Amino acid sequence: MAFEGYLLPPSGKDWSKIADYKANGGYEGAEKALRSMKPADVVAEVKNSGLRGRGGAGFGAGMKWSFLPQDVQRPRYIACNADESEPGTYKDRQILERNPHQLIEGLLIAAWANTIDAAYVYMRGEYRGPFENLNAAVAEARAAGYLGRNVLGSGLDFDVFVHRGAGAYICGEETGLMESLEGRKGQPRKRPPFPAIAGLWKRPTVINNVETMSHVPHVIRKGADWFKTIGTEKSTGSTIFGVSGQVVRPGAFELPFGTPLREIIFEHAGGLRPGRTLKAVIPGGVSMPVLDAETAMQVNMDHDSLQKVGSLLGTGAVVVFDDTSCMVRAAIIISRFFRHESCGQCTQCREGTGWLHKLMLQVEAGTARKSDLDVVDEITRQMEGKTICALSDAAAWGSGWFLRRFRPEFEAHIDRGGCPHAGTSFEV
Amino acid sequence: MPLSEELKARITAEFPKYPERRAVLLTALHFIQEECGGWVSPDVVPELAELLGILPIDVEEVVSFYPMYHPDRVGRFHVQVCTNIACCIRGARGVVRRLEEQLDVLSGEVTEDGLFSIGEVECLGSCGTAPVLMVNNERFVENVSADDVPGLVERLRARAAGGGANGSNGAGGGR
Ligand SMILES: Cc1cc2nc3c(=O)[nH]c(=O)nc-3n(C[C@H](O)[C@H](O)[C@H](O)COP(=O)(O)O)c2cc1C
Ligand code: SF4
Ligand code: FES
Repeated sequence: MAFEGYLLPPSGKDWSKIADYKANGGYEGAEKALRSMKPADVVAEVKNSGLRGRGGAGFGAGMKWSFLPQDVQRPRYIACNADESEPGTYKDRQILERNPHQLIEGLLIAAWANTIDAAYVYMRGEYRGPFENLNAAVAEARAAGYLGRNVLGSGLDFDVFVHRGAGAYICGEETGLMESLEGRKGQPRKRPPFPAIAGLWKRPTVINNVETMSHVPHVIRKGADWFKTIGTEKSTGSTIFGVSGQVVRPGAFELPFGTPLREIIFEHAGGLRPGRTLKAVIPGGVSMPVLDAETAMQVNMDHDSLQKVGSLLGTGAVVVFDDTSCMVRAAIIISRFFRHESCGQCTQCREGTGWLHKLMLQVEAGTARKSDLDVVDEITRQMEGKTICALSDAAAWGSGWFLRRFRPEFEAHIDRGGCPHAGTSFEV
Repeated sequence: MPLSEELKARITAEFPKYPERRAVLLTALHFIQEECGGWVSPDVVPELAELLGILPIDVEEVVSFYPMYHPDRVGRFHVQVCTNIACCIRGARGVVRRLEEQLDVLSGEVTEDGLFSIGEVECLGSCGTAPVLMVNNERFVENVSADDVPGLVERLRARAAGGGANGSNGAGGGR
């Protein structure tokens, strides 16, 4: 039987109104948690479920929550990450547009578990529709007593505020997000201190992605044991895979972790256009190493499986390239993106992203030398693990792996003095 | 140009949500762009800074850091095309080119009548319905092709002629 999913309403349906959400089990998890569970038991249940962050890094949610100081001093905050700016990624938007109360319920349960006063949902400024939809849902939840003073008679005073960003990828990085929310440039902070100790306004802060929080009501309502029956041993539950690029039916599909990438591309997304063959797939947003077709056809979409083949799950955003595509052009767009989005604080990142972009442009134009390609490994090594945040690493992987996995195509550009796919490939 | 009382009231109404006034800065700048012609004129900076209890430079550096704020004039309809990976794969460059032809300006420029400007932006989070564009800060126009450009421009011109407010969704398409 096909997996039905639990994060999104059935196709064509919308549960943005509280009545529709409640008619489908909505707020039962919150009722259960606030009326019958101790905060520590909620944290334990989430930990036991194996729920991992859906924002890119895959860190255990329950584990992260347990880092907040046990000696509770108020106020404490949630920063919910709705910046969704990793190219290829549009999964959180599905939740925000069609099931916003599920996020509010997740935030409420997390607030109970961690003794939180307020949650700020940091939403990318371009998401006008989702912003209005979530705000309307927050107003409904407040009117229904799920937000405000003494929620469900639990003694918890808790509210949710939706905050608009203004279009900078770096504000999705958790400490860049906090700087931005406080009204500054979104330049990431040095750690320690970590957000669990000193986050928003230097107070203990839980930071989680929209989708991560949206799993929480289900974990509580149906239990950690149920959650663990979905997915794989170390990647539990489902996730929303957003497929884009050269497939017949791009779309967002909620599927268990461990679903074969081949099935996602060829069944759910309708496969390739007639007569085309698969060339490359980015499995988790452009920060993650690209896969060649052969590997892509064999790998399953969970954390361990992707790591074994030299990539990472990231945001589960699947970008598909067929044989018409030029890999150098893909690398140009990706390196341009990181160059544009580097906040400039760290030399390795600022210089490295600029250098990579320039090199890719020269390869495409056929003016690079083969020896230039050899320097890439050295440059990317300088960029990895040495900076304030992981944007630099992502920039190194994003375009560096296009070169490593498709080197003959890069060399062909240099040999011919130009792009061999100029007639067929997409333009940058 | 002083901030209108109405705009100041909208901004101060946000204060209670946060422990510090400064946190309202990004929201305030969105309000200003919506109500004052789509850009942040240097004239409003000192007054906004004072309202939030920060320095003018604190406002200026935020305006220059975030791509959604415009320290210079943009067109009444600022048409922004995503040129990141999923959109380029599906023809975003052709959309930009057609806009340039249709409006007779280059990407990054404003038309002489001040009605239009073209911008290129990073991934808008709509990759499954690529290519995508956004007019001002309105709801996205999705699955757009170069051939849709003349119709889009016509609709926006009609909106301008009819006095349609900057802010409502008259771009057509979109959800
Ligand atoms: C450059 C950069 C951009 C990021 N952008 C996002 C984003 O848009 N959304 C998101 O949820 N996480 C993003 N992250 C990850 C966050 O830093 C953080 O790990 C995440 O929000 C934690 O939530 P989770 O544990 O629930 O996944 C980004 C990280 C980096 C380094
Ligand atoms: S790694 Fe890059 S984006 Fe991150 S803090 Fe350093 S310069 Fe800024
Ligand atoms: S790449 Fe254009 S919306 Fe994501």
